[in-house]
Amino acid sequence: MAQAINQALHQAMGADDRVVLLGEDVGRTGGVFRVTDGLQEAYGEARVVDTPVAESGIVGAAFGMAVAGLRPVVEIQFMGFTYPAYDQIVSHVGRIRNRSRHRFTAPMVIRFPYGGGIGAAEHHSESTEALYAHTPGVKVAVASGPRVAKGLLLAAIEDPDPVIVMEPIRLYRAIREEVPDGPTIVPLGVAEVVRPGSDVTVVAYGSMLRESLRAAEVLEGAGVSAEVIDLRTVSPLDADTVIASVERTGRAVVVAEGHRTAGMTAEIAALIGERALYSLLAPVERVSGLDTVVPLKRAEQYYVPDAARIAAAAARTMEA
Amino acid sequence: MQPLQILHPDGTLAAAPPVGRDEARRLFAAMVHARVYDRKATAMQKQGRLATYAPFEGQEAAQIGSAAALRPDDWMVATYRDAAAMWMQGYLWEDLLLGRIGDERGGSPPEGVPVLPPSITVGAHMLHAVGLGWAERLRGEDRIAITYFGDGATSEGDFHEAMNFAAVFTVPVVFLCQNNQYAISMPVSRQTASATIAQKADAYGMPGVLVDGNDVFAVLAATAEAVARARAGEGPTLIEALTYRTGPHTTADDPGRYRSGDEAAAWRERDPIDRLRAHLRAEGAWDEAWEQGILDEAAAAIEAAVARAEALEVWHPREIVDGMYAEPTAPLLRQRDALLRDLGES
Repeated sequence: MAQAINQALHQAMGADDRVVLLGEDVGRTGGVFRVTDGLQEAYGEARVVDTPVAESGIVGAAFGMAVAGLRPVVEIQFMGFTYPAYDQIVSHVGRIRNRSRHRFTAPMVIRFPYGGGIGAAEHHSESTEALYAHTPGVKVAVASGPRVAKGLLLAAIEDPDPVIVMEPIRLYRAIREEVPDGPTIVPLGVAEVVRPGSDVTVVAYGSMLRESLRAAEVLEGAGVSAEVIDLRTVSPLDADTVIASVERTGRAVVVAEGHRTAGMTAEIAALIGERALYSLLAPVERVSGLDTVVPLKRAEQYYVPDAARIAAAAARTMEA
Repeated sequence: MQPLQILHPDGTLAAAPPVGRDEARRLFAAMVHARVYDRKATAMQKQGRLATYAPFEGQEAAQIGSAAALRPDDWMVATYRDAAAMWMQGYLWEDLLLGRIGDERGGSPPEGVPVLPPSITVGAHMLHAVGLGWAERLRGEDRIAITYFGDGATSEGDFHEAMNFAAVFTVPVVFLCQNNQYAISMPVSRQTASATIAQKADAYGMPGVLVDGNDVFAVLAATAEAVARARAGEGPTLIEALTYRTGPHTTADDPGRYRSGDEAAAWRERDPIDRLRAHLRAEGAWDEAWEQGILDEAAAAIEAAVARAEALEVWHPREIVDGMYAEPTAPLLRQRDALLRDLGES
């Protein structure tokens, strides 16, 4: 997946001089996960900028560049390090269009790895996309694999508004799939039915898509046909695709790695309750992280949802 | 560190002025005009026609003098107390008023005016000026950026990050700190243990300049030099303009609770408009009729701006969602429709 993202950045920078990269260690070393490898060699130090260690500074300066007409793409090393920049994002990046009624805009991308699964140090396994989905004026896309990662990033760079692109840390080197060579766009705000099914809808995104597909395999063995949806964008959320599916299957399992309370699973379950309640044959099941900090390596697996928990949740909806 | 001074408080010259007589008269007229606006806005707030207002009286020289050093296409990122500087750079009084009336349309200056709407949060906006100036340099343009902030903002982490980025990347930006001695109720000694704010520049590797902020010539001269450095590719400058806000932090606050009348009276002796008037009078470049003419013209222009701002029709609730994205998202459209239904307008 890292390679697919790298390819997207190459294509965007090659096609548009306005695209500049900023981040810690993105140039000389090509980033912590080597996602920006070779870009500084190709496009120079002026466009691929190794910044001081200052996340608010990176996002705040990139915001000014975007207002001036550039298309900055910011890398933050880990989601847990976006919080020093949160004020810039919530108070400025997401507001300038409305504050100036379209006179000034901030077409910029903030991308970073998120989530657990590699037993990293504290603050390196965050999955707090609900914070950003709750933030007006920004869009939030979550990659679920190489093809989607490339397409979402290219869509984000072209978007006239600021977009946060989250990349599951555990998938950088884990997933290989065919990715179209040319510029390929995955439209923001459009979910994808990745696996059609008829008995239960599994709504997932990002790191949880692969777990959900594995769960669907298990369920199939037990005679349960699961439809798996990759949301791809959590804000704006493509509720129509989710609702249409639940209306057909009558059952829903909503999966996210983030914390439970006021998280994405809560939002999606509420949408189903509002719009598809009378289609439901069973209560909506939620599979999510806990309202704890993400445990360190030795206990991480109890926090991060996996295929077994998703399959079990789906089985419970079948029993109802 | 002694502040740069060109005009003594009594209006006599300490050094040669940076501008000729006509330009000096233009600066005087602008300062008087700005003060008329400030007093009008303060009065309107008391009448309930504006939300809280942050007056800048006493700081006219710091704002007008610095903005006079800019080219019309230079970027400006300023705060809620910098209406005079923003107006000098092309922002309209009526748009500044609209913001205080409570209407987002005040955040949209005329097309081509390179001034961002006033920052309400303290400190974060300095980084925006860094990004704006940086972008211009990357494009090979010689536009620069200036950012305005107060002594309180220098305590924010973003002040450090902005100064540091600007210096590391030789960004064409001018940091214009109006040290007006108070951040709401707290004196500058509660913001920093440094003898001056200007000296902080040293640690970042950029020039720091201390100026008498009530001396419009000194502010103009210092800013012009900083702007020239930036435009020549020599990087950022921090300017500390020593000044005093004669009024409260905002119309919601009573400065009598935290500062003495003697102090305020002493600063009134250093009033920037009185000072320039004394100089112009001594030069034979001022008379009462001329100043009255400026006052009348300003009053008429500002009344017209008030009328235009207050005449702007309140927008339809349908339009609330329109500003968030280039196109409203699907969830926003559903929320809008639900709102209109609840209002009986669907």
